[in-house]
Amino acid sequence: MFHGLWALTNRELKKWYKVPVLLLMSIVQPILWMALFGRAMNIGALFSNPGVITGNLPPQVSQQLNQTLSILGNQIMEKTFGTSDYFSFMAVGMLSFIVLFTSMTSGMSIVWDRRLGFLNKVLTTPVARGSIIMSKVFSSIIRSLIQAAIILGVALLLGLRLGPAVSLINVLGVFAALFLLSLGLSAIFLSIALRSTSWESQMAVMNLLNLPLLFASNALFPINSMPDWLKAVASINPISYGTDAARQLLLYQPDMSRLMLDYAFLGGFAAIFATIGIILSWRLLSR
Amino acid sequence: MAKIIETEGLTKKFDNLTAVDHVTFSVEEGEVFGFLGPNGAGKTTTINMLTTMLKPTEGRATINGHDIAKDSAEVRRSIGVVPQEYTADEDLTGYENLILCADLYGINRSVAKERAKELFALVKLEDAKDRKVKTYSGGMRRRLELACGLVNHPKLLFLDEPTLGLDIQTRQATWDYIRTLKKEYGMSLFLTTHYLEEADSLCDRIAIIDLGKIVRTGTPKELKDSLGGDVIELGVSGGSNLTEELRRMPEIIDVRLEGGNKYRIKAKEGEEVIPRVIDIAKRLGGKVTKVSLTKPSLDDAYLEYTGKSMRQEEGGAAVWKQRITMRRARA
Repeated sequence: MFHGLWALTNRELKKWYKVPVLLLMSIVQPILWMALFGRAMNIGALFSNPGVITGNLPPQVSQQLNQTLSILGNQIMEKTFGTSDYFSFMAVGMLSFIVLFTSMTSGMSIVWDRRLGFLNKVLTTPVARGSIIMSKVFSSIIRSLIQAAIILGVALLLGLRLGPAVSLINVLGVFAALFLLSLGLSAIFLSIALRSTSWESQMAVMNLLNLPLLFASNALFPINSMPDWLKAVASINPISYGTDAARQLLLYQPDMSRLMLDYAFLGGFAAIFATIGIILSWRLLSR
Repeated sequence: MAKIIETEGLTKKFDNLTAVDHVTFSVEEGEVFGFLGPNGAGKTTTINMLTTMLKPTEGRATINGHDIAKDSAEVRRSIGVVPQEYTADEDLTGYENLILCADLYGINRSVAKERAKELFALVKLEDAKDRKVKTYSGGMRRRLELACGLVNHPKLLFLDEPTLGLDIQTRQATWDYIRTLKKEYGMSLFLTTHYLEEADSLCDRIAIIDLGKIVRTGTPKELKDSLGGDVIELGVSGGSNLTEELRRMPEIIDVRLEGGNKYRIKAKEGEEVIPRVIDIAKRLGGKVTKVSLTKPSLDDAYLEYTGKSMRQEEGGAAVWKQRITMRRARA
């Protein structure tokens, strides 16, 4: 059923690692987000330096008040973000961000293969139709995970504070969640592109969906503080589940039941869309 | 002999355009079979159906005994395809492309390496095989496509316009490869072309296809002969009238006397008829002053069967729309 899968995946990866600029370009964006957005939106500072309000009070009162506010602020941060450090919160969100962006662009490659004739050649060989889409899914997953690993490394350098008991198993767990997220997302975007001959329309789909998908998730801000309609969208957005799993494992004291829910949702999401992708490729690749 | 291709009423419709219309033909094993026809006649659509890329709307076809609709995986295993467009991956080298093709056929790596060596020698790309395909010229890319089409040692090779846009040298070289394949590998070939001399010099049999229908099938010679033979023009001075005597020869179809001493003779096997015609003229006391022989070309046959007007290159909006539909369907 998946004859030729590895050969085709290998081709995709070869095209990628032979041009290191591509890797560089794709990780620059999330790094900029972390460095600019993550560092500039220093939400914790709102509470730790509230000197503006207490300026006119006697020094003793002011000091006491500052202390209280600072403790209170920490609690608010903890309650909202699960950590007192917003940078760590959003840096973990960037792992889902890079997975989302890489998976989205995978749809483009099938459009190019069709336009450049390569797809026609593959279709005349005994390669299984499902392999054609799955090879692109897998190369997209591999690229996503490698990029996510680099982003995680850069985040640590920029000051990501890991939770108390982070072990290698936790890190593997994070990548398992990102694997499932990337599998489902790539399958969706490749399915959209299966019949398309126009990369312009594929670009339009990407531009239309990327930021809404990112903002309607917990990647940058927690779901709890969102209005109800947005909450509804964010709670079926697979990016929320991937990000939550990563935060549970890297930042928080892991809550097993939530973690299970995250994996179950991501697993179902990946299985459903991979199956749809394979079925569509049987139907749509040859007419 | 076994039939390598057999079709029966093969038809493909795109929306309201019938690109291939109830086409029935068969190709013997070891034969070079050509589809000759103008642009938009349905040649590529037929190839796409036979290579399982398009599903026929109606009719059936078997390749090597396997049904193209039910047994498409088996069909793909036994054929090689050299499509009209370039299909190699430009970012990879020629060698990587060929190995990738071999992998797609599930050929094991050590066999693939041997085949690569053999095929790069055949198409004379040994020196360029480690360069990226991006840097290849048109002719080199064609040769690489040919090598990729041969990597699984197919019993049947499809060539869609194999020499389209190539210079004369590369075209000649491609023809030589095709002859080699037939002779040394005993391969059957199915090719489409709109170059008449290509069909004439390569094909054992030709089907002329126009507007989705086969209008005539035969060997190049049969097609030419069907037009009524060679034309001999003979100038004679003196002697008596040759007409009666000439008409008695079985090879001669028609004799006309034009302007006193000039004969226009229609005959089969013109080269062999001429010496005897000269003998007759001498016997009857005449002196031959001029002889010329015109053989009908495949061009004549082609124009005879497909008509002389240009095809859909110009025309109303409907025709233009049809062409666009066809292009989309192919892409």
